[in-house]
Amino acid sequence: MAQRIDVKDLNIFYGDFRAVADVGMAVEPRSVTAFIGPSGCGKSTFLRTLNRMHEVIPGAYVQGSVAMDGVDLYGSDIDPVAVRRQVGMVFQRPNPFPTMSIAENVLAGIKLNNKRISKGDAQDVVEASLRGANLWNEVKDRLNRPGSGLSGGQQQRLCIARAIAVKPQVLLMDEPCSALDPISTLAIEDLIAELKADYTIVIVTHNMQQAARVSDRTAFFNLAATGEPGRLVEIDDTATIFSSPRVQATEDYISGRFG
Amino acid sequence: MTSTQSPPTQDGVRPAEDAAPPRPGRRRRTRAADKGASRLFRWTATGAGALILVVLVAVAAFLVLRAWPALTTPAAELTEEVSWMGEATSLLDFVGPLIFGTVLAAALALVIATPIALGIALFTSHYAPRRLASGLGYLVDLLAAIPSVVYGLWGGLVLAPMVKPIWAWLNEYLGFIPFFAGTVSPTARVLMTVGLVLAVMILPIITAVSREVFLQTPRLHEEAALALGATRWEMIRVAVLPFARSGIVSASMLGLGRALGETMAVLMILSPGFLYSFQLLEAGQQQTIAANIAAQFPEANPLGVSALIATGLALFVITLVVNMAARAIVARRKDFSGAN
Repeated sequence: MAQRIDVKDLNIFYGDFRAVADVGMAVEPRSVTAFIGPSGCGKSTFLRTLNRMHEVIPGAYVQGSVAMDGVDLYGSDIDPVAVRRQVGMVFQRPNPFPTMSIAENVLAGIKLNNKRISKGDAQDVVEASLRGANLWNEVKDRLNRPGSGLSGGQQQRLCIARAIAVKPQVLLMDEPCSALDPISTLAIEDLIAELKADYTIVIVTHNMQQAARVSDRTAFFNLAATGEPGRLVEIDDTATIFSSPRVQATEDYISGRFG
Repeated sequence: MTSTQSPPTQDGVRPAEDAAPPRPGRRRRTRAADKGASRLFRWTATGAGALILVVLVAVAAFLVLRAWPALTTPAAELTEEVSWMGEATSLLDFVGPLIFGTVLAAALALVIATPIALGIALFTSHYAPRRLASGLGYLVDLLAAIPSVVYGLWGGLVLAPMVKPIWAWLNEYLGFIPFFAGTVSPTARVLMTVGLVLAVMILPIITAVSREVFLQTPRLHEEAALALGATRWEMIRVAVLPFARSGIVSASMLGLGRALGETMAVLMILSPGFLYSFQLLEAGQQQTIAANIAAQFPEANPLGVSALIATGLALFVITLVVNMAARAIVARRKDFSGAN
């Protein structure tokens, strides 16, 4: 279910503005890769190119290639909608559909895929996905209540359940804990550790302890100055990045000397 | 304004407002003035809110008071006195078909206008390039600026002859549907044509309101749908339309309100009748309350005026009931509105 991603010479643009320059990296399957770096360095922008969500902004486009198991996601015959069905995404702020119940939220992706699903199968998917997101025990008695009635942390886990219900190859998380309290954050971090057995996970975080706790590999992004494009400074095993990074800027950032 | 700012410090940096040293006298006065201003604003807002209620009560009172003579006069005397009540045996008997015609015309307009309005609104909010969208929005708003008497002229002189063959076709091939049954009118001055003109008239308000609601859809929910692999239409179905539900209902109710009360266009197009008839293509079947008031008012005697005002009261009640029903529909799924 998990696949590797190879990124080569990726340049990301908003109209004339080059936001991210010359990124190349490999994301290993069944592992957690964390992106860290100061605000505006392009890590979220880069994350959104991995499921072609970047291009929903008018004027945004990329050059270069992002290959998932050898298939270029930006190939001319690739439908971005199909890419997004393979690559799930969890956003910074929990965003369950407010007009849907908890169960409907989990099934939203499956219903979109136009699969007619029997009632029994639907129940199984809801239970399996909510269990997968460590939310089942908290919501099993109110599956028909609106998802917006849950706490922030529960909503975020509901969004994770919604993302994994369609069994994606890759799960992207854009600062998934930044709107949550420490206890909910811990719940999500535990969940990430469990999910990596089945999925390739890429997470953007501003919290370096979080990157150190949850990830196997860490990529540090930086930008020379405002208005300059963000660049990938280095990517290495998390332990290496946090103990003996090769680049001085990484060490400065991690030790809190800037950023 | 400048007097309340603190002077620059030695290195030329103006400290932030709340970091300025407290100057008790001035500060207290500002606060008192603020309090006065906020109290003034609160009472202005409350007054404006209350004014709505006052106007509503005043209109209702006027209608009831002036309709009272007609409501209390015995039916036999009333039909005797008011010549144009025709074969109606009582006021209720007279106003019934009018209510029927009014609601039918407005419902027809709504059925035609709502899908088109939602289509235009979705196109301008989610499909069209920005420049085209604003141009189109402007054009639709222009429709609202056309006086209803012009719509009436256009409907009677231009539209009616144009749609006549279409109505004849509907009558011939779909005549088994009650709406299209009967003898098709040779002038096309029928309720179907009226419904079409009313639909054009309420199109702008429904379009404008739903467009604004569609644009309010949180970006987060749209992206949630897209990230799940939704196409643009699926994203609209999953995120935009459910979010806009109550707004769409409100927009339609605004349109319906206008259609219920529209006078000139109906008066100038429709060949009236006083029947409970669903035949939209036949002449002399229905009439609306507002158009009837305008038609009869100039030649009505005092009791006749009172009877007309009684029909106006009925229109007022219909509008209230329709609005309350719409609110109830919206409130039924309140938990799922996203407002919590």
